[in-house]
Amino acid sequence: MPDLLNRLLRRQPGLSCRELVELVTDYLEGALPPRDHARFEAHVAGCANCAAYVRQMRETVALLGTLPADTLSLEAEHELRVAFRGWRATQL
Amino acid sequence: MDLVQQWSPSMLRVARMYVPSQAVAEDVVQETWLGVLNGIDRFEGRSSLRTWVFSILVNRARTRGERERRTVPFAALAREESDEGPAVDPDRFVRAGSDIGEWASPPVRWWEEPERALDSGEAVERIQSEIAKLPEMQRLVITMRDVDGLSSEEVRSALDISETNQRVLLHRARAKVRAALEDYYADA
Repeated sequence: MPDLLNRLLRRQPGLSCRELVELVTDYLEGALPPRDHARFEAHVAGCANCAAYVRQMRETVALLGTLPADTLSLEAEHELRVAFRGWRATQL
Repeated sequence: MDLVQQWSPSMLRVARMYVPSQAVAEDVVQETWLGVLNGIDRFEGRSSLRTWVFSILVNRARTRGERERRTVPFAALAREESDEGPAVDPDRFVRAGSDIGEWASPPVRWWEEPERALDSGEAVERIQSEIAKLPEMQRLVITMRDVDGLSSEEVRSALDISETNQRVLLHRARAKVRAALEDYYADA
């Protein structure tokens, strides 16, 4: 019976899987009003596919945060260092 | 000087979206820092220093990058790019009948440990090429937020767009990158 119950829960007004995926970012950003937040979580609790989608979105964000960074060339950094030193001297 | 070391990698990345080479991107970053030094008196402290630096950077990079291309104000572009229909392909959901709106082709389950995806380097390339294909504002927002870790408030005020637009752009961009990773996993 849990399946039927879950299906009924999911059918609460206005939140299908298709709608849920469009709310994921609002959810992750904490921008959903409390009622919608609760409805979102109830749906995810009963829907393995949406749970996978939300998990993958979190993982996507985490992966984006690991992309390799560029750094300034040594010359550019040196020039800036000189400029900063000059600037500091004028501030004294 | 620590700030230069800390922020320049992100600044280079943002500048690189607008200009044709790494060398020009470096120029833009340098010019930005010099502009910051010269204009620090005008910094009113109403936004964070980082927001202010990035807003100078983005404007410089944009000016430097455009040749004949007309420049649409960020706010107008943001509205335009927020208005594209659903972020997830509607064909992935049941269109009619009692299961309407449920997944028809559910997310392909991927890596148990997603960081493993990065080992090969191919997933990194896939993410980077997907970001490169995004429309301008989506690309800027996802890069500043998720790659470089700026806050939503910093991005919102550096680009002078509304909180809602910022979130919608981020949402669209993330949905596309997730889909690209899913494709990559399904092909691999």
